[in-house]
Amino acid sequence: MSDIAEPTPMGIAQATAGHRDIHQTPEAIARRQRRYRSEARFKYYGIAGIAAAISMLIVLLVSIASESFSAFTQTFVTIDVNIDQATVDPNESGDPAVIGRASFQTLANNTLYALFPDVSDRRDRRALRALLSPGVEFELRRRVMDDPSLVGQTISITVEMSDDFDQLHKGLIDRTLPEAQRRINDLQLSWYDQLVSEGLIETQFNWRFFSGANSRYPELAGIWAALVGSLLTMAVTLGLAFPIGVAAAVYLEEFAPKNWFTDMIEVNINNLAAVPSIVFGLLGLAVFIQFFGMPNSSPLVGGMVIALMTLPTIIIASRAALKAVPPSIREAALGVGASKIQVVSHHVLPLAMPGILTGTIIGMAQALGETAPLLMVGMVIFITSIPSGFTDPSTVLPVQIFSWAGNPERGFVALTSAAIMVLLTFLIVMNALAIYLRKKFERRW
Amino acid sequence: MSAQTVDAEPMAAVGQAKMTARDVDVYYGEKRALHSVDCDVIENEVLSLIGPSGCGKSTFLRCLNRMNDTIDICRVEGNITLDSQDIYDKELDVVQLRARVGMVFQKPNPFPKSIYDNIAYGPRIHGVSSHKDDLDGIVQRSLEGAGLWQEVKDRLAEPGTGLSGGQQQRLCIARAIAVSPEVILMDEPCSALDPIATAHIEELIDELRQNFTIVIVTHNMQQAARVSQKTAFFHLGELVEHNLTGELFTNPKDERTQGYITGRYG
Ligand SMILES: Nc1ncnc2c1ncn2[C@@H]1O[C@H](COP(=O)(O)OP(=O)(O)O)[C@@H](O)[C@H]1O
Ligand SMILES: [Mg+2]
Repeated sequence: MSDIAEPTPMGIAQATAGHRDIHQTPEAIARRQRRYRSEARFKYYGIAGIAAAISMLIVLLVSIASESFSAFTQTFVTIDVNIDQATVDPNESGDPAVIGRASFQTLANNTLYALFPDVSDRRDRRALRALLSPGVEFELRRRVMDDPSLVGQTISITVEMSDDFDQLHKGLIDRTLPEAQRRINDLQLSWYDQLVSEGLIETQFNWRFFSGANSRYPELAGIWAALVGSLLTMAVTLGLAFPIGVAAAVYLEEFAPKNWFTDMIEVNINNLAAVPSIVFGLLGLAVFIQFFGMPNSSPLVGGMVIALMTLPTIIIASRAALKAVPPSIREAALGVGASKIQVVSHHVLPLAMPGILTGTIIGMAQALGETAPLLMVGMVIFITSIPSGFTDPSTVLPVQIFSWAGNPERGFVALTSAAIMVLLTFLIVMNALAIYLRKKFERRW
Repeated sequence: MSAQTVDAEPMAAVGQAKMTARDVDVYYGEKRALHSVDCDVIENEVLSLIGPSGCGKSTFLRCLNRMNDTIDICRVEGNITLDSQDIYDKELDVVQLRARVGMVFQKPNPFPKSIYDNIAYGPRIHGVSSHKDDLDGIVQRSLEGAGLWQEVKDRLAEPGTGLSGGQQQRLCIARAIAVSPEVILMDEPCSALDPIATAHIEELIDELRQNFTIVIVTHNMQQAARVSQKTAFFHLGELVEHNLTGELFTNPKDERTQGYITGRYG
């Protein structure tokens, strides 16, 4: 101790010389090199970790994208259908109710029989009918209902081919397999080949995927209903979770006294963020649906359940954002005589808002991908209409993906991947928006 | 007034006491930060608070506009008055008190808003003026009062945070005087500034004395000597000596004061 306090010139010289020696010995050099090597090793571990993560991500994305690719196109066939007066409106009543009840499927079938007149066997005729999607019936009815003057005429329509032939046209069915192992028999192949040679088959962009509702038939199924359901659900979630979450955060951060009670609330909010989402689903089922009798499968209940889940995320992010507003700003406002409420509403909250919004968007992105609790409140329902309100039965994007993934038809595999692509796009856009907000309003004090 | 003692009492006779502190104790939780401080602030004078760091200067200053209320663990005992009215009275409106006793902080802390809005904020929330022309007048007079008008009159819409450190501090002074306070508290207002900006602020303080009563914390003794009429020396939470500035620096009564001004500690 005393040496350090009063170093003699001698002492300094010795110490300096000593230092030089210590750091030049072979052991010291070896030690240093070991240190450099371990540093380098550490860096490589890090790089290897990142490389592994990125390659897995790429494998995932590439596999989904390549699966989804075929869902964005659809195989159509153009046929001339005779809108036979006798079938559609035998009494020439012109009554839409009568026309609506007519069997348009028969018209489509007759068209096929006319195209391939030598098919007469009942089994073969059934195989022939399988060329067209059941959607042909709806399309014909829509056309004729729109324009009743078509009755008695022959119209040319372009309709979806059924899933199997769609897959065949996309090259996803191996024609070289033995007939018994194919979903399409040799006779059907010959009809298909004939249609192709006559130039009646074409591939179009699959608009129906974006504009349609769910369907039992993959060639007729779309994600629009699920997307609308998701939007309605998110709207309920945002409308509840944002104001409640921000209000709770402001109270806890700015006004609440520090005592055991607020400490307990804080701990529980953090716990809530870690509760498995299925538990929230059970809660929603028990409380909202069974106790309060709210409509099953509705975006209202789904949104409320998700809002419960998103609340902790928003509260925690908002509190962090409020905390990040420097005390000097609060003091400045207090110093000119602002009241506590004015300090918060004029200064702290506006300054924290970008952080709060970032947290909210991230919370909403999580909510958008949430599936399990929505299964519990019945949003896994099979519904072929677009929901038009908060109490209509509906499904949401991730649940739609879940239910499509369970269907055996080949077409649904592609649809599942395509829907995942859409969901991922939304998530990426939302997260990018959050990052943009954070960067744009980032403030250095 | 040659019979100055370490006691503050006799000086009250010199001028009108704007604020008085009697037997003020401040605790942060269990820790006692001020020990029965008695001190008067005379109207239209500048009072400097000096002393080694951690001795309680800021704590005392923040008692004068109840800024300590915002610290949960802080407890103030004793009696502090503004124009003979107890400012710790339950009935008293803190918002009004802080409008009458303004504050300038150590680090310039303009709002992240325009220069204009920085100044106009106080008058707006107090409803002093809702009229645009009135407000423009207040903004101009306040900036002139803080010696900043010439420099910023063409860029009132630009953010206050874009000014230099010294300008920001003068902006904060302008913001404080915009609400027409009677007393201005300044906590080491120059400690973050360069010497030229400091000189600027010191001149300004001398001018402001005409219209305001000022209490300034500084750990720069030359600054205390230059700007203040009275100086109070704090040590370990006690007000050791309170006297005319010249007197305190040339003829300290207490040996702790002597030790501090001769640089034995601080
Ligand atoms: N917010 C606070 N919480 C707890 N202790 C504090 C707080 N502010 C100041 N103190 C304590 O009070 C004493 C006086 O501090 P302060 O008034 O800031 O001193 P000065 O301004 O003279 O440097 C110091 O010991 C400090 O640690
Ligand atoms: Mg201080």
